[in-house]
Amino acid sequence: MEKSNDKILDEVTSGEYKYGFYTDIESDQIPRGLSEDTVRMISSLKEEPEWLLEFRLNAFRHWQTMKMPSWANLKIPDIDFQDIIYYSAPKKRSSPESLDEVDPELIKTFDKLGIPLSEQKLLAGVAVDAVIDSVSVTTTFKETLAEHGIIFCSFSEAVKEYPELVRRHLGSVVPYTDNFYAALNSAVFSDGSFCYVPKGVRCPMELSTYFRINAANTGQFERTLLVADEESYVSYLEGCTAPARDENQLHAAVVEIVAEKSAEVKYSTVQNWYPGDRDGSGGVYNFVTKRGICKGDNSKISWTQVETGSAITWKYPSCILRGDNSIGEFYSVAVTNNHQQADTGTKMIHIGKNSRSTIISKGISAGLSQNSYRGLVKVLKNATGARNFSQCDSLLLGERCGAHTFPYLEVDNQSAIIEHEATTSRIGEDQIFYCNQRGISTEDAVGLIVNGYAREVINKLPMEFAVEAQKLLQISLEGSVG
Amino acid sequence: MDSETKIDERYAELFRSRIEQISAGSAPFINSLREEAFGRFRELGVPDRKSEAYRYTNLEPLFSHHYHDYIIPDAGDLNYARNFECEVEDLDVHNLVLVNGFYPPNGGALKTIDPGVSLGSLTEAAVSQSEVVERHYGRYAASDEDGLIHLNTALATDGVFINVPEGVRSEKPVQIVNLVRSEKDIFVQHRNLVVVGEDAEATIIICDHTVSPNNYLTNAVTEVYVGANARFTLIRVQNEHNKAAKLTHTFIHQERGSYASSVNITLHGGVVRNSTYHHLGGEGAHANAAGLYLTDRTQHVDNFVSVNHAVADCTSNQLFKGVLDDVATGTFNGRIVVRPDAQRTRAYQSNNTILLTDDARMDTRPQLEIFADDVKCSHGATVGQIDDNALFYLMSRGINRREARLMLMFGFAHEVVQEIPVEALQRRIDTLVMQRLRGELTRCASCMMRCRESVQ
Repeated sequence: MEKSNDKILDEVTSGEYKYGFYTDIESDQIPRGLSEDTVRMISSLKEEPEWLLEFRLNAFRHWQTMKMPSWANLKIPDIDFQDIIYYSAPKKRSSPESLDEVDPELIKTFDKLGIPLSEQKLLAGVAVDAVIDSVSVTTTFKETLAEHGIIFCSFSEAVKEYPELVRRHLGSVVPYTDNFYAALNSAVFSDGSFCYVPKGVRCPMELSTYFRINAANTGQFERTLLVADEESYVSYLEGCTAPARDENQLHAAVVEIVAEKSAEVKYSTVQNWYPGDRDGSGGVYNFVTKRGICKGDNSKISWTQVETGSAITWKYPSCILRGDNSIGEFYSVAVTNNHQQADTGTKMIHIGKNSRSTIISKGISAGLSQNSYRGLVKVLKNATGARNFSQCDSLLLGERCGAHTFPYLEVDNQSAIIEHEATTSRIGEDQIFYCNQRGISTEDAVGLIVNGYAREVINKLPMEFAVEAQKLLQISLEGSVG
Repeated sequence: MDSETKIDERYAELFRSRIEQISAGSAPFINSLREEAFGRFRELGVPDRKSEAYRYTNLEPLFSHHYHDYIIPDAGDLNYARNFECEVEDLDVHNLVLVNGFYPPNGGALKTIDPGVSLGSLTEAAVSQSEVVERHYGRYAASDEDGLIHLNTALATDGVFINVPEGVRSEKPVQIVNLVRSEKDIFVQHRNLVVVGEDAEATIIICDHTVSPNNYLTNAVTEVYVGANARFTLIRVQNEHNKAAKLTHTFIHQERGSYASSVNITLHGGVVRNSTYHHLGGEGAHANAAGLYLTDRTQHVDNFVSVNHAVADCTSNQLFKGVLDDVATGTFNGRIVVRPDAQRTRAYQSNNTILLTDDARMDTRPQLEIFADDVKCSHGATVGQIDDNALFYLMSRGINRREARLMLMFGFAHEVVQEIPVEALQRRIDTLVMQRLRGELTRCASCMMRCRESVQ
């Protein structure tokens, strides 16, 4: 029994990373290294206005004064920031008018990834902005969205066409002084998605951004800005993959969300960057700052994430609940296997009266991986009636993995009710036995139990993603149950 | 030079200027560890708020205050200590009194109570029972993070030594009363060592009091060794004035099959930080850590607990509760660490706090670090108010709101108080808690000594 278990574990954990291919696309790159000149070069390549260059330079100067943070429960090798290519764009790019003009290699890439780029796939009903390496290559469904007055385009395009909107909100939620990686991103960010949903509009389809790192030795620094005006609603999906490479790649993104009065934003991520091979070499360092602000009363921001990839994940999607009665939600499944490390969680900052937040975090660690939940719930003095419920469960699969929980509860108001619960356990032999007895193989049983365990979170994902997430979960865990 | 370096420099100077004097009154073995410990302190410094363990407790103002660092208590203080009587009714204990971290001279001898149980000054024990002291002293109080522990090893003046030999069940608890009494602002560093041999049993009550109203800073380290199948209980009752700062570090090392329980009751204190470390070093051991903090005004209480499951088949439980009033602040840092191979661990942790005002503040961090898979661990934390439903239930049965609230809070606190296995003390603490919750308790009223000089 022991043996066969191990074998199954082995098989389950050794699932191949199926997005590890590399597409041979010619790309424009700037030389390695980072200096003020690099920042200026990126800015001029993108023909940016003066104020944006100023923003970048300020960020860069501030970044130079900062040190890599070391407080996370992660072992991060020294990163040589001079050895990274900060800008890489697929060539042959003159703002494609239709898909016919897009490099066929690119289309193939996205086809392989199963992303409905071609507009024929109307049925899929998802508007996609695809970002490869540093540049947004195409955005679908623009016209349909435009009819509703929704702006959904690449960040560079937004800077050119809606400079006022971008300027007003850029850095308003994540200022460049926020942290080391946010400062770096603010200095060298290449592209990303921009979305604006006007007053009273309910976005008729899911918006989605697909990120892919393709070229070698490059870092990806994209920036997403999402503004939901009063009484609007938008659901936004984000997916990421990268080729399998021996060296580590750096991904430092920033996502900012602004939800005005009574607006609702749902942001879902399926993060599947290349996690490195079984021995822990290669893989993406995923150091991401994501934060939303519930600016107006009755607004709501909901983060859902399924984290299965990346060699190292350092990510805390957060909500600033400034409006009265605003709601923040965080649903997360983080899976680590082999040598992966994850330190992820959320921050809920309660400022408005009667603001509410829910945190459901499910960590699954297997192999030799380390999986930490780190979350802050902060209730400020005036947040009367604030309510939080957090539940952080960890599932351990394998004898050599670690699961850690670091909640921080800071409460400054007597009427607040804050609850935190966490449990850590492994799959019980009795549970497996129960399934075996009913003719379910051990591997299927483990899949069943893990899926049930993560269901609470996966259910929160839009349907298109839920299916993918469930599959990912199965692949990431192949062979890890014991 | 920033304030941090200044503080470290100040204590370096203190070490250089006082070390001879301190060493002269101490034992050779204890002195032999000072130099190295001081080096470690210089490396680590006084923890600042960037240190995760002290994130919510700011030590800077405490350590930048000018204290008279080394004061040998005069005859009056020692007499005071000799005549000290504990006020708790029916409390049948062996009593020891320390003044400003000094053990009143007893002619160089240790007291013997029960068969073979010796207690007395650590300095004297380091000479007369050198073998025991050398085997245990400095072994368990090891930290790579907290410079204060090394500062204590470097500067400790004296403290209590208790040795319960193999197989002896010491029925009567030992009470250690730490008095701080001085006309000047002083910095006190004492050090206790408790050795409970195999199959032995001991209960210790440590009471922390301040007698005169000056600024005091105490940095105390207690090391406890609990042998195989032994039982040990430590109860700490803290009742100091608002200008006193108390930093205690308690290290409990547990062997196979042992049981150790630590209960911290903080009734009053300016700044209180209790660090309790349970190290489960032998299979089948059980650790129990509990704490209660009832604070008001500007008091700050920080409970730091670390339970380290180093081997398989151990269990642990942590229960910390508090009621914060006025602008009081509270902190709980609980940590369960399950090392690789510590399979079949069962570890639980819970922290509940009631905030009575909008200005009171609670920061809590219940943490789990788990490196083994066959474990069951859970932690829970709540911060909030009294349950409205429970209040309604009582009120609907004719109990007025005020009484009903008191009953609920008393019940809330009693869950920790009942962890005290000494009946007389448990009754006394219950009474104090009730008075405290009614707001009838001034510091002096709750004082467990008959304060003969000045009853303010």
